[in-house]
Amino acid sequence: MLRLRLSPTGASGDTGAPVGASVGAAPRGAGASNGTPGFDPRRVKADFPIFATPRPRPLIYLDSAATSQKPQAVLDAMSRYYTTCNANIHRGVYGIAEEATALYEDARRRFAAFVNASPREIVFTRNSTEALNLVARAWGGWALRAGDAILLTPMEHHSNLVPWQMLAAEKQLELRFIPLTGSGELDLDALPKLLADGRVKVVSFVHVSNVLGTVNPVAEIARVARQHGATVVVDASQSAAHMKLDVRALGADFVACTSHKMLGPTGIGVLWGRRELLEAMPPFLGGGEMIRTVSLTESTWNELPWKFEAGTMCIAEAVGLGAAVTYLESLGMEHVFAHDRALAATCMARLAEVPGVRLLGPPADRRGGVVAFTVDGVHPHDVATVLDRNGVCVRAGHHCAMPLHDQLGVPASVRASFHCYSLPEDVDALVTGLHQVTKLFAR
Amino acid sequence: MDSLFRDHILDHYRHPRCHGTIERPDARVEDANPLCGDRLRMDFRFAEGRVAEVRFSGSGCSISQASASLLCEAIEGKPLEDVKALTRQDVLDLLGLDELGPVRSKCAMLALKTVKAAAYGMATWTDDEEEAE
Repeated sequence: MLRLRLSPTGASGDTGAPVGASVGAAPRGAGASNGTPGFDPRRVKADFPIFATPRPRPLIYLDSAATSQKPQAVLDAMSRYYTTCNANIHRGVYGIAEEATALYEDARRRFAAFVNASPREIVFTRNSTEALNLVARAWGGWALRAGDAILLTPMEHHSNLVPWQMLAAEKQLELRFIPLTGSGELDLDALPKLLADGRVKVVSFVHVSNVLGTVNPVAEIARVARQHGATVVVDASQSAAHMKLDVRALGADFVACTSHKMLGPTGIGVLWGRRELLEAMPPFLGGGEMIRTVSLTESTWNELPWKFEAGTMCIAEAVGLGAAVTYLESLGMEHVFAHDRALAATCMARLAEVPGVRLLGPPADRRGGVVAFTVDGVHPHDVATVLDRNGVCVRAGHHCAMPLHDQLGVPASVRASFHCYSLPEDVDALVTGLHQVTKLFAR
Repeated sequence: MDSLFRDHILDHYRHPRCHGTIERPDARVEDANPLCGDRLRMDFRFAEGRVAEVRFSGSGCSISQASASLLCEAIEGKPLEDVKALTRQDVLDLLGLDELGPVRSKCAMLALKTVKAAAYGMATWTDDEEEAE
């Protein structure tokens, strides 16, 4: 079982900060709903202005695994930053530049506390993809030698596959894969054999699959990998947004996250790395801010984490991300996870009643809030188009996981995914839409 | 109930015309739409500057497969010069649609890309009209 640190609700400090502090300290309501007492998704939903925007029919948003919606607190924090203290950070010595720098670094501290890390180990990137490329390029390029092997899984998002393929082609590295079981989970019995020859120097895998919803046992895999001397990289894009993440308890060396799936803005992601590794490895991108001294022919590097933050960073986005984690903490991550999983279970039970629907992935009690499926005889794109006519937003396609779909033997799938603002009525709308799909295409 | 899934589109999707392959074709073009995994393969036989025969195969959504069926039916027997002159609007006219969103447009225009590549003798053909949107 993965080690989730289940902390009490609303433990976030910082509510007195000038920006991103508009989240009330009170937990979201006492109204029990959906098996998660102390958490009321209806009250949560009211914090997300996109659902109040007038449109011909209500927005049924079931694509939070692609990107989440944003609460007013995040939008306000970013707007307040731009309207009150927009300036470049770490450079100007005037008032608003100091203020902007303080906000940016405050966001880093908030994120660090959110995942139980030191702010020194929190590197801001553009997204998870860039965080994983940073690891592959800067760490992998430095640490791996021809003949070494990289262990991945077939359920990786392309962002945790392609950077390693590129590195492997360049440095003559071998790619290995932990096989999948029939239920779409990792076959951990195969792990010792894959690691036995000692050539695997890095194991990089997804925490929660963006297609199957499978929650991988990170701590268990990390323990075995480290016993064999491998560095452990975790893609937490789908997990950081939905469950309490404790990077120390995971036992990994690097963890990649992205803001836009966790109620924050697009354009900013996070790489957490163990300090000694971040210290030892070379920088990723060169430029301003990441240096200590520069001469015409050589440079020395800034201290952590700024060594990895070249050029003017995404300041407003960092402020937005800081507000997003404060908001998530006010909900309680254990409530968010229980809510998402309960909705996934409801969704799976309801979809099983629709003729021709085939569910992909493990049972609900072993997955997060993601439900992918196919409809017999109807292409996923056609399913999504009909659902869209009903105001239901789902993802259709390969979800940036082409090899996984090849393994599942389907060209593409439809995916419904949930977040804290999702309601059982959203599942009703999905099921109603699917009955229309089967009717339309059965004629 | 649905303006996109018209009867003739669904009809071409369920009963595609010109479906199949040609043994030893004069041209064979394969293309895919990475957005949704639509795949098309078209085999051509040319004679006297015309498309003597065309057959398509592949998998994908109703729009991509119906477009291929409609387009193949339309170009069989036509001069290559006419095929080269085909436009995005011609495909929309065949489908009987006024407009398509940018995502579904990629599905509909995959057949056009494939046909044009064959007519020009290229491996792939880039639809500048599409990119310019």
